[in-house]
Amino acid sequence: MRAYLSDRMGAALLMAPLLLFLVLAYAWPFLGVVKWSFTLPTPGLGQYNALLTDQLVQSVFIRTLRIAAIVTIVSVAAAYAITVVWVRGTPVQRVVAEFCILVPFWISVLTRAFGWVALLSNRGLINTWLQAVGFISEPLALVRNEFGVIVGMTHFLIPFAVFPLASSMRSLDDRVLLAARGLGSSRMRTFWSVFVPMTRSGIIGSALIVFVFSLGFFVTPAILGGGRSVMIAELIYLRIFQSPDWGLGAAISVVLVLFVGALMALLFRYVRPKQLV
Amino acid sequence: MPTYRPGPVSLVLAALVALFLLLPLLAVIPVSLTPSRMLAMPSGELSLRHYRALIEDPRWINSILLSIRIGVVSSAFSTVLALCFSLGVWMFQPRFTAALVGFVLLPMVVPPVVSAITLYFLLTSISGFSSFFGYDTWLGVAMAHAVMTVPFATVLILVSLSQLDRRIDLAARGLGATVWERATRIIMPNIKFGIVTAALLSFVLSWEEIGVTLFITSVNAITLPRLMWMGLRDNIDPAIAALSVILIVITVLVLVARGVVVRLRAAQ
Repeated sequence: MRAYLSDRMGAALLMAPLLLFLVLAYAWPFLGVVKWSFTLPTPGLGQYNALLTDQLVQSVFIRTLRIAAIVTIVSVAAAYAITVVWVRGTPVQRVVAEFCILVPFWISVLTRAFGWVALLSNRGLINTWLQAVGFISEPLALVRNEFGVIVGMTHFLIPFAVFPLASSMRSLDDRVLLAARGLGSSRMRTFWSVFVPMTRSGIIGSALIVFVFSLGFFVTPAILGGGRSVMIAELIYLRIFQSPDWGLGAAISVVLVLFVGALMALLFRYVRPKQLV
Repeated sequence: MPTYRPGPVSLVLAALVALFLLLPLLAVIPVSLTPSRMLAMPSGELSLRHYRALIEDPRWINSILLSIRIGVVSSAFSTVLALCFSLGVWMFQPRFTAALVGFVLLPMVVPPVVSAITLYFLLTSISGFSSFFGYDTWLGVAMAHAVMTVPFATVLILVSLSQLDRRIDLAARGLGATVWERATRIIMPNIKFGIVTAALLSFVLSWEEIGVTLFITSVNAITLPRLMWMGLRDNIDPAIAALSVILIVITVLVLVARGVVVRLRAAQ
């Protein structure tokens, strides 16, 4: 009995500091934000009502969903292509693929967004080169619009899409693929009717992760969108710091959390957590 | 044993993706060498003036030092908290473990912008009582970063604990070791690699944190990413290109060194 009690005391003492820290520094202030959404500027459901009627807010929500959907499809497809080589390639191919995935993964989001500015802006690499060759006379608008945002976000999210795909491709039995080839199926057919269906859980997991990440994305859209293609996260920032309307910013945050929570619930229903890593 | 290898079509597609991934990282190199004061490709002559600006302009040095200080403090704090919590989970396997771990992981899964507004609320509330700890102070930023990095540290430490053999802890316990002795002399030496990795990852995450930092700083606590952000938003400063090149080179060197070490170990 004494040992049992001291066990429980020990667990409580070890776990308490972190739990206390997060309750005070995260859970409590989050409730404060929820309170803002109901009380600022006037108590009531006014901010949520505004969410349903405000044209600007709605267009931002729709743009965010559209960009997130496009980015999800492109990143998962691109990640799939490089993951196949990372997991199934020859040793040299694997090292090269791993390098190309991990280097961008570890470089900060700001540096990567800046790299795209250097490539895509009016005086950037691509426009300078195209003009020098005489292909175009006026620089192409590649940045400060939705195109730039989609390119930058896709670049950021490909490595995150790779990891769930890689784990589902690793657990795949080689012999099934060799059997398909041995029975006379072409490379293409083996890939589309055997390989892809067997990595379905990885595809779903990686698509949901990318989609959830892109909903709350802030830095890349703010830099590559140049204030013209505002997404939800940037709208929250603008509501808090530029047109002080804390209540609306808080209400958008609450809706965003609920939406992401629902998507995560979906994720865990279809994919067991262990398959994600 | 024969294995199933990717065919030529797969290889071409993968090469295109690899090019896409590396292109923006390579693009900053020519920009960093431009003699112009604005963002532009160098035409003809090259110059190192933007690299010199990084050393000579005190704003860059100050923000680098501040980012290091915040990174060290927040990483130490989050690693210690994550270590204690994970030891509690592993040694005692209390009830509701899944719910408690899920709660700890929240800052990792909640959209960063929501965490940012949450921490903004927290630090502006604290600012009412204290001038050196709250909105736009380095301690406030360090605490906010600790909130954001502690889930990652916890995951890493829990993973390395899950690979530990429970029987060595049971043996120590059977021989009469106290909780403190079991934790510090049996368990921790066996997961020291995981602890160090957790501390390093926390530092790196804090070092490059920008989403939350933007909400909780204005003029005093200017971390390196915050300074880069300012240079990117207003008038693009090519010094950012020089800085980016340096950060990319460091990342590549660390990854290559790690790859070599891992392969040497595997070869032994």
